[in-house]
Amino acid sequence: MNAIVPIGAPILQVDGVVKDFPIRNGVLFGGQADIVRAVSGVSFSINRGETFGLVGESGCGKSTLGRCIMQLITPTEGQVKLDGRDLVTASKPEMRLLRRDIQMVFQDPLASLHPRLRIRDILLESLRLAKLPGPQANARVRELIELVQLPQDVAERWPHELSGGQRQRIGIARAIALEPKVIVLDEPVSALDVSIQAGVLNLLKSLQQRLGIAYLFIAHDLGVVRHISHLIGVMYLGRIVEIAPARQLFKSPQHPYTLALLSAVPLPDPIAERKRTRIVLSGDLPSPLNPPSGCHFRTRCAKAQDICASKVPALREIGPGQRVACHFPTAETAAVN
Amino acid sequence: MQHDMHLAPPPLLEIAGLRASFRGPNGYAEAVRGVDLTLQPGKVLGIVGESGSGKSVTMMALLQLLPGGSKVTGSAKFRGRELVGMAADEMRHIRGKQIGVIFQDPLSAFNPVLTIGDQIAEAIRLHDRTVSKREGLERAEHLLDSVAIPQPKRRVSQYPYEFSGGMRQRAMIAMAIANSPDLLIADEPTTALDVTVQAQILDLLQRLREELGIGLVLITHDLGVVAGSADEIAVMYGGRIVERGAVEDVFYRTRHPYTRGLLRAMPRVEDDGEDLTPIEGTPPSIWARPGGCAFHPRCVNAQQICAEVDPELRPALATASACHFAASLPPLAAPSELVGAPL
Repeated sequence: MNAIVPIGAPILQVDGVVKDFPIRNGVLFGGQADIVRAVSGVSFSINRGETFGLVGESGCGKSTLGRCIMQLITPTEGQVKLDGRDLVTASKPEMRLLRRDIQMVFQDPLASLHPRLRIRDILLESLRLAKLPGPQANARVRELIELVQLPQDVAERWPHELSGGQRQRIGIARAIALEPKVIVLDEPVSALDVSIQAGVLNLLKSLQQRLGIAYLFIAHDLGVVRHISHLIGVMYLGRIVEIAPARQLFKSPQHPYTLALLSAVPLPDPIAERKRTRIVLSGDLPSPLNPPSGCHFRTRCAKAQDICASKVPALREIGPGQRVACHFPTAETAAVN
Repeated sequence: MQHDMHLAPPPLLEIAGLRASFRGPNGYAEAVRGVDLTLQPGKVLGIVGESGSGKSVTMMALLQLLPGGSKVTGSAKFRGRELVGMAADEMRHIRGKQIGVIFQDPLSAFNPVLTIGDQIAEAIRLHDRTVSKREGLERAEHLLDSVAIPQPKRRVSQYPYEFSGGMRQRAMIAMAIANSPDLLIADEPTTALDVTVQAQILDLLQRLREELGIGLVLITHDLGVVAGSADEIAVMYGGRIVERGAVEDVFYRTRHPYTRGLLRAMPRVEDDGEDLTPIEGTPPSIWARPGGCAFHPRCVNAQQICAEVDPELRPALATASACHFAASLPPLAAPSELVGAPL
């Protein structure tokens, strides 16, 4: 069934996605609408069976982008192609069918599971689109519980009786119920304790290997993203500033923001912590209502020159699989300094 | 240990046998079960644990900030003065004056309808009525400046909602140090913040400790946060300290299976995506804690005795560890080969 797209070919293509939110400005003048551009022309693609990690700090637009891709909100511009079909222009009935192929896992598993349904019914509900006959649906529920490595007796429990980690496993079971091709995971482990996180990450990895699902993994924690991603995109104020294979991004970050982000991650290693030099960014994230001209990062960038204010740097290839949106990437300026 | 007033000053904070329990539908449940800790002036103590480990309750207990109906016993001495059982009005003179407190969520710590400046000035005037309102505001402005808030003159007359998350946390630190405390207790001060902002706040706390000689208790779930800034670490689990020691010893020479488990479970930016080792099971609830060692149902080294006897915190090679098999645990793999790497 899935043989059309070979592993390694793009299953999800995001092309020039823009999301504007109108905001009412001032009560006095009839509420003239201003625009906040939360996502500003983002393009990337995810290969079949691979994970694209999307990192950035709060307000960078990563969750908005995730919701645009899921069509929970409609992008202002751009295309989101799942297996070659554009989701943005799909009709409602079409979209209902396409939803089988793209599912979502949320940060807070308690809020996303119906409190008055037993786990079995939650999972049956997610299978409804498949229109399976009763016995088959029940068998599938058992299979799903096994896939997410929980004991079968959770089927009879209520969401509030499960621990955070168990609940998130149910969230994952629900997402894989219809054998989707892509799952968008928005901060799926950030509400979990460290000792529990690791198990959920391992589970996601093994499910991917078994079922060939592609993940869009949205998170703020670079350690977590590093762990699970093949490719990583770094977002800042609505734009992707760097994309690279996970290993390459951490070994040789090219964008000054990526560099600052990596240097800010605390290492659980006292000697390494004391030795490293941290790039502490000055100031706050600029308001998305009034972003800096040119490169959005220039107001906090130590390398900024005149050109950074006048010209938006394009996301350009700088190495194998690595693209950066900076006029002065590390590789090209290291020799000078 | 006796502290002779003429020989050595008493420790800044000395906690012994501290217990705290909450009242529930079926009687009391102990959230903190006998904690011993010492902090010397100007030092940083990191308390690490997962949800329900008792790390926050320990500190809230000695500050008398637990909800009504909770019971606190044992001893917590601040510069030799007993805090447990201290009269409420006496405690009010210490809390906010000699001991500053920083919480995770700065928005709920500020009154939304008063300006930041008014609130800091009030915190000063609460402890010193000779300070006029104007002087208070001037000092608030200085304090905002000292925690690196840009344009303090303008910021002092703004409201909490006009501050970003990172700036609110700075403002809360400014308020906490307003009366030049000797001790600062920070409960998950960076958990709600982005990583680049977290780095700014940790830098700021470090600077305060160096410049003002403030002792700091840093409560966190993130081992990374304390690795770079703490002198000593206490790891809590199930209401007790399970391991305690100098920061390097706890990270490189840990003698407790739980600490080891935490270190192995952490996804690190410097590794290459190999499988993580989770700790099986979930942290115990204070209402249903397993008998014996609270960690034994999740412990890979557990034996019969672990289900029966709760081990004492005892010196075990480099650290103090509450594990029956502390001495016989295999040596830890070498710390990351990445020590000193570009990150």
